Amino acid sequence: MSLLSFAQWLDEQALSTALHESLYAYPLIETTHVLTLCLFVGTVLMVDLRLLGVAFRDVPVSVMTSRVLPYSVAGFVVMFITGLLLFYAIPVRTTQSIFFRVKVLMLIGAAINVWFFHRRVKRDRVSWDSAPRPPVSARISAAVSIVLWSGVIVTGRMIAYNWFDCDRQPQPEWLNWAVGCVVEAA
Amino acid sequence: MSPWMEDFLWWCDESWISQTIQNSLWLFPVIEAVHLLGLALLGGAVLVTDLRLTGAALRSVPIARIGRSAWRFMGAGIVIMLATGIPLFMSEAFKCYGNTSFRVKMIGLIVILLLTFTLKRRHLFHRINAQEVRVSAMSFAVGGVSMLSWFVVAAAGRWVGFS
Repeated sequence: MSLLSFAQWLDEQALSTALHESLYAYPLIETTHVLTLCLFVGTVLMVDLRLLGVAFRDVPVSVMTSRVLPYSVAGFVVMFITGLLLFYAIPVRTTQSIFFRVKVLMLIGAAINVWFFHRRVKRDRVSWDSAPRPPVSARISAAVSIVLWSGVIVTGRMIAYNWFDCDRQPQPEWLNWAVGCVVEAA
Repeated sequence: MSPWMEDFLWWCDESWISQTIQNSLWLFPVIEAVHLLGLALLGGAVLVTDLRLTGAALRSVPIARIGRSAWRFMGAGIVIMLATGIPLFMSEAFKCYGNTSFRVKMIGLIVILLLTFTLKRRHLFHRINAQEVRVSAMSFAVGGVSMLSWFVVAAAGRWVGFS
């Protein structure tokens, strides 16, 4: 089953249509998605600033990660669930959105970065836990995190705009290829 | 609408900034995206300080230590929000004026800015040498009201676009 036919299968479900056309459910889910950004990206950002050595320099890294990151995780769960619902409401158009595709790629990148960071941290954090300025690998990881999550926010916001939608042809050939647009030959 | 308000809204609408945004396809979305990035920064700094004030997180770290560091980033967040929010408002001045969500947002914003630069500031800083770890009932109240007010401002802000 291709990605597009999967999206079309979702689109045919009554619940997907009901959600898309709902007067309050869709805006409420979207508002929750946007506001949870503060809880998720906001708290991640604070930990990243600590890792960069520009904020909370006198608070041990382990204190920041153990006391602040649980809130980030809670935020991520809410963002993921509401994000899935938003996708489920408009599956075909979203699947073919260049912004959505770039967003998913950056999400994957951010996940790899999280995994890398935790591996890095497990190795020898004790030796730099209280250092105002953590080692360069931790700082790079924090910078990558800030860049990728910012990218996720910006591309996420841009999904709402239809400039590059499949039904607005002509689009550049690479774009149609990148988002899997089915364009009938003229 | 008072004549003064009408003049002001016209002035916003006809200003160079407003016209440039209105005549551009991508400027409004881009400014809006930066507004969202500012939200993440501001939201993070607000949450960390308010969670600390209420005692919900970082209880082992003195309040002032969290406050001192987060305050600058909260300020930066507010500056980004105003620097992007004001042009967004100017480009849609009349629409915003008639929008209930926008009015709720502005009232909430005034309340929370007053609270932040008076009570919250005092609670974050006045025990700077005391290494205070304990959460007083007042700190708890300030942190709680702050979180709630910012939530109202942000939610009403999102709702401006729906109505």
